[in-house]
Amino acid sequence: MKIQVTCFATLARYSPQGGVLEVNPGATPQDVLDLLAIPGNEVKIVFVNGQNSGRDVLLQENDRVGIFPAIGGG
Amino acid sequence: MARLLRINTRTKKVTEDTLAGDYAGLGGRGLTSRIVRKEVPPTCHPLSAANKLIVAPGLLTGTTAANTGRLSVGGKSPLTGTIKESNAGGTFSQKLARLDIMGLVLEDKPDPDAAFQVIFISKNGVQLTEVPEISGLGTYDASTKLFEKFGSKVGIMVIGPAGENSRLASSIQFTDPKGNPSRAAGRGGLGALMGSKKIKAIVIDSQDAKAPEVADKEAFKAAAKRWAEILVSHPVTGQGLPSYGTSILINIINEAGTLPTKNFRDGRFDKAADISGEKMVELINQRKGVAKEGCHAGCVIQCSQKYCDENGQYLTSGFEYETVWAFGSNLLISNMDHIAHLDRLCDDLGLDTIETGTTVAMAMEAGVIPWGDGLAAIDLLKRIYDPKDYLGAIIGNGTAFTAEAFGVDRVPVVKKQSLPAYDPRAAKGVGVTYATTPMGADHTAGYAICQNILKVGGDIDPLGKQGNVEVSKNLQIATAAVDATGFCLFVAFAVLDTDDALDTIAKLISSRFGISFTADDIGKTGIEILKDEYSFNRDAGFTKAHDQLPDFFIQEELPPHKVKWDFTVDELQKAKVEI
Repeated sequence: MKIQVTCFATLARYSPQGGVLEVNPGATPQDVLDLLAIPGNEVKIVFVNGQNSGRDVLLQENDRVGIFPAIGGG
Repeated sequence: MARLLRINTRTKKVTEDTLAGDYAGLGGRGLTSRIVRKEVPPTCHPLSAANKLIVAPGLLTGTTAANTGRLSVGGKSPLTGTIKESNAGGTFSQKLARLDIMGLVLEDKPDPDAAFQVIFISKNGVQLTEVPEISGLGTYDASTKLFEKFGSKVGIMVIGPAGENSRLASSIQFTDPKGNPSRAAGRGGLGALMGSKKIKAIVIDSQDAKAPEVADKEAFKAAAKRWAEILVSHPVTGQGLPSYGTSILINIINEAGTLPTKNFRDGRFDKAADISGEKMVELINQRKGVAKEGCHAGCVIQCSQKYCDENGQYLTSGFEYETVWAFGSNLLISNMDHIAHLDRLCDDLGLDTIETGTTVAMAMEAGVIPWGDGLAAIDLLKRIYDPKDYLGAIIGNGTAFTAEAFGVDRVPVVKKQSLPAYDPRAAKGVGVTYATTPMGADHTAGYAICQNILKVGGDIDPLGKQGNVEVSKNLQIATAAVDATGFCLFVAFAVLDTDDALDTIAKLISSRFGISFTADDIGKTGIEILKDEYSFNRDAGFTKAHDQLPDFFIQEELPPHKVKWDFTVDELQKAKVEI
């Protein structure tokens, strides 16, 4: 199934081509990190459909995944 | 001995006191709010002679501890009618501290036709002089002329045409280490208060002054070393902010569905990537700007920058997330250069960028200029230079005033101060802060975005109610205390995640003054400040009915999460410390 994935800030270089990734049904955010070879300790926040998510939830077709390092500002 | 200088702006008389009695041991926001509480009649007109403008460095300002160069500016707000503390960077605060001036109070007011004055403060004393050639000038030209007159090493606090004409959205600008007047005490219209007292600028020269010594040098040195380690080793203060500046937030707040778009109609902007921190750094690097620099000496976070135009010429600095939002997604403007020009204009006119961005949104709501038209927004702000331009006069008076002038009913303000860059429906912790802080809508007063979105200092669902009143209350207390120290508020990212951070701050204060100050005293300091502020507002006529968000947040669902604002009047009151 296809999902949308964007990696931000220092992780931007890991974003998949066109922002779309093909994963197996039953894939989790952790599987996405593994597929894109993103070091887990550089990731602070994972959003699925705009909400903070664990790395072990089941993703659905067309889910929007955002991957962030530690970020602050204001 | 810490000095409190009072300058009567009508008689030009200067008096000097030490900090004693009710003011003993206070600094920053602790001192500004206490003086306002004790000396300013809560019901007075903010532009009347009874109001006072107070400037105070923090308790640790002027020391070698990292990120302690911030300044509190206080008074009764011309914009909100509440008590106000507006916090700024720049070089001014450390120079005041070097002269051992813990507070500067501007009192009374001259006749309306009196000439503007410049106050010059050095180790030799205080002088008031007329510098007629800077009257009416923007802050960039005015500060250039003041540096020529008083030397390149002075620090400058200056208002622009907006403040001179007592516009309600006006800021007070401060020069940064490179001499640009790009740091602002932006919120609450304090530039109008300074303008009402006919003071165009305060210039401070701390050369050859002997800075006050810390009481216990060894203990202070050890605590300052640990303090710097805490800031540098945290991923936000050590890496995230220095790499991308505060606009690094654009993408994550957009992803979280809480980036206010088209005057708070949507939580996402389809062109967010064009105005992101990543994009800003790309442009800065292409144009040979500077991607990271500090707003004061001793800053290790370095979230500021030098932003150049297409020709490589300096355009602006201190170009913040809040500003990029206010003129960006809020107005549907996606051209970074247009947004940078608007930031430059605000700094030069002496206007709060948040308030002015939401004001331009009111003009767009009313059809004065089209949505998304950056060039039209630039032309609109330029009218504020002319004191006789009626449209400029309306826009310079802020969001609530402009909405009234044009009959707009979608007005994102609390206590007449505009909401900043997080939609409260999808970031409920900061929404509680907007509603209940004594300042009018203000994110910095209790920045629950940390726990709601950034997962710093905890993890609280931004879309539900659970835990959001409590976190806002605790953050409002902690923030008031931080604002008394002179620390940059961004130290909070590291403090919230580091076990010994509060103890380290307590050790800095103890060893600076030779007193016993504990981590528990930090919370007590914050509570005392909030009590002064809430009681002032109560006596000025503010009730729980004023601690609310505008109706449209209750009635309209925010995409993409389809959430509304759903706190009751009484639920919100629990976020306030009891008076």
